[in-house]
Amino acid sequence: MNDSKIRGAEIVIKSLVAENAKFIFGYPGGAIMPVYDALYDYMDQIQHILTRHEQGAIHAAQGYARVSGKVGVCIATSGPGATNLITGMADALIDSTPLVCITGQVLSQLLGTDAFQETDVVGISMPATKWNIQVRRVEDIAPAIAKGFHIARSGRPGPVLIDITKDAQVALGDFNYVPCLNIRSYRPYPKVPDSVIDEAAALINKAKRPYLLYGQGVVLGKAESQLKAFLDKTGIPAACTLLGTGALSEDHPNYVGKLGMHGNYAPNLLTNKCDVLISIGMRFDDRVTGDVKRYAKQAKVIHLELDPAEIDKIVKADVPVLGDCKVSLEKLIEKVEKKEHPEWIKQFRVLEAEEKRVVVGNDISPTKIGLTMGEVIRHINEFKADDAILVTDVGQHQMVAWRYFNYKTTRTQVTSGGLGTMGFALPAALGAQLHDYNREVICVVGDGGIQMTIQELGTIMQTKAPVKVVLLNNNFLGMVRQWQQLFFDKRYSFTELDNPDFIKIAEGYNFKVQKVDERTDLRQAVAEMFVHDGPYFLEVKVEKEDNVFPMIATGSSVEEIRLK
Amino acid sequence: MKRRYTISVFTENFIGILSRITLIFTRRGINIDGFTASESREEGIYRITIEVNTTEAQVIQLSRQIEKIIDVIKAFYYVDDEMVFQEIALYKIPIESIDAGLEVVIRQYNAKIISAEKGFVVIEMTGHKKDTQDLLEVLKDFNVLEFVRSGRVAVAKPMVSIDKYL
Ligand SMILES: Cc1ncc(C[n+]2csc(CCOP(=O)(O)OP(=O)(O)O)c2C)c(N)n1
Repeated sequence: MNDSKIRGAEIVIKSLVAENAKFIFGYPGGAIMPVYDALYDYMDQIQHILTRHEQGAIHAAQGYARVSGKVGVCIATSGPGATNLITGMADALIDSTPLVCITGQVLSQLLGTDAFQETDVVGISMPATKWNIQVRRVEDIAPAIAKGFHIARSGRPGPVLIDITKDAQVALGDFNYVPCLNIRSYRPYPKVPDSVIDEAAALINKAKRPYLLYGQGVVLGKAESQLKAFLDKTGIPAACTLLGTGALSEDHPNYVGKLGMHGNYAPNLLTNKCDVLISIGMRFDDRVTGDVKRYAKQAKVIHLELDPAEIDKIVKADVPVLGDCKVSLEKLIEKVEKKEHPEWIKQFRVLEAEEKRVVVGNDISPTKIGLTMGEVIRHINEFKADDAILVTDVGQHQMVAWRYFNYKTTRTQVTSGGLGTMGFALPAALGAQLHDYNREVICVVGDGGIQMTIQELGTIMQTKAPVKVVLLNNNFLGMVRQWQQLFFDKRYSFTELDNPDFIKIAEGYNFKVQKVDERTDLRQAVAEMFVHDGPYFLEVKVEKEDNVFPMIATGSSVEEIRLK
Repeated sequence: MKRRYTISVFTENFIGILSRITLIFTRRGINIDGFTASESREEGIYRITIEVNTTEAQVIQLSRQIEKIIDVIKAFYYVDDEMVFQEIALYKIPIESIDAGLEVVIRQYNAKIISAEKGFVVIEMTGHKKDTQDLLEVLKDFNVLEFVRSGRVAVAKPMVSIDKYL
């Protein structure tokens, strides 16, 4: 029977195939070479994407996971390969992105001896993973991968790491894949008790100024249509967090805008005016709440949440509705009364008009000479498809693009929210594009952030993924400069950049390129970008010292949101 | 208000679980005052007892974060009144200090000499921290050479069985 035995490395690949993984994002090296060798025989069953850096691999896996709803897979070698994944794990953990990361490890007899490229990656990644494990025996490989996929995608999703010693990869074992469906210590879907549903419904039914906040939990819980049905019935105004954006079409009549530090005026301000606050699948990040001591104190809070540790963590819930928000919403829809709240919604619209007048107009249709980030997004909206995916990096461009991009469907917003990882966008856009070559993927990135993972232009070149890269170049670490201007007396300490010729770089990577520094050329350039079939690089020279407003300064209350 | 809480954690016996639990405390800058780990009644299930001095809101958060660890089955938290608990303390005393006075102290505190070695004896006392600490103060007059106290071992008074969570 010995003939049926295969190497651990092949078990790794066959397990990934058994889990229907389509892509592996990775980078080879000594301790993972047996797995790469095994991959050679499976190229027809699973596609490996060789990125140019392990950080690129994991961000690409994240981008893929975020738009596909599937588990992203990445692999790396031991030591530096593994440590290069850490930022992505931390990012995926805080943004609840399902990932399975597999790293090679030195021979098990060398563990703890400071062997070449030995790093305790299980130790290092502990606070950056939902679960991790080291595998030292071939028979443990498939069960570990099965458990890893189950944990990564169930409940509140997150990244897992499986570290496999090289001897386990080369040892022979049987392959008999049994998917993991249950772990006795792990209850990913707490059951929603009907009593809290009744309590929540009663509160909602008698509310005068109810207000709903939705986060990425709605997307992860696939509860978009339930959210819409709930809003249609109750007439409650709804605002989104950064990662919840797109869960509801922005054309929906109850949609009132975006929450947070650079969100919209009305949704932030009126948080302190509602009488019942219904929050769904969001965790009251400090970028959303501002000073939490002055956040929605007047309101009764109903918190629909899957993760028990989020209940009462930041904002005390009067009615915690623990469980899958899709189930909770379905039950709630039955119990709530059909209503409308025209007067209350009007309050949002009045403030919205003020924001339009003071901020939006100047942002998206400026009359000054310099180009603005907002007008670039306005032109993107003009030409993009309804289901186009916007991937952004971190900084001013991220906030501006988020504010003005016209989101119509779910899973069209990919950005690093909780961690704010510069360098995320370019590889994440690649991952998003690989999921579907026919969807438009627009990568909006700053001149600072693009240089953190610019090497991934090479991966885009090699895969021919038709990503549209839009570089908004202000020659500054713009967001930091804005803070320096507002809070540090304009002392621009190390935020101005001497940049390379980005166009030459992109050309070097075989992108079709275009550079715009005048308004008259902008619209045409954006239009051309959208008709081009293939990777495209559009650099727009924007005003150097523009600021993003509205803004809730750190430590301020949501009521103290500034329009300028 | 801060007070003493005991968190009682039931976990799978997997490598790394102790690190994952302690990280929850270190990340929040919370000191662990006592930590013991042992088998539980159920084979294969580990029982960890952690003492902290903190607020109720914080101990709830800590327990939830601990329960969030995949391999943790359940975390309970209790105030002292809800538990029966003990700690064990050992005191090393030089042979020259042994006299009738020491004998009285040992009797008074319900302690005992568990080992007599060349040059020193080892006294053991089981009890609550306050009592073992009192004894330490008294034994300082007898030139106590070494002192060590274990973390708390505790069983809860409320009749909840871990079986319910398996
Ligand atoms: C890895 C990392 N390092 C530092 C920061 C802090 N940071 C936030 S925004 C920003 C500036 C970003 O500049 P740029 O990419 O040019 O975008 P802009 O703000 O100009 O649009 C910096 C340095 C970060 N978020 N991530």
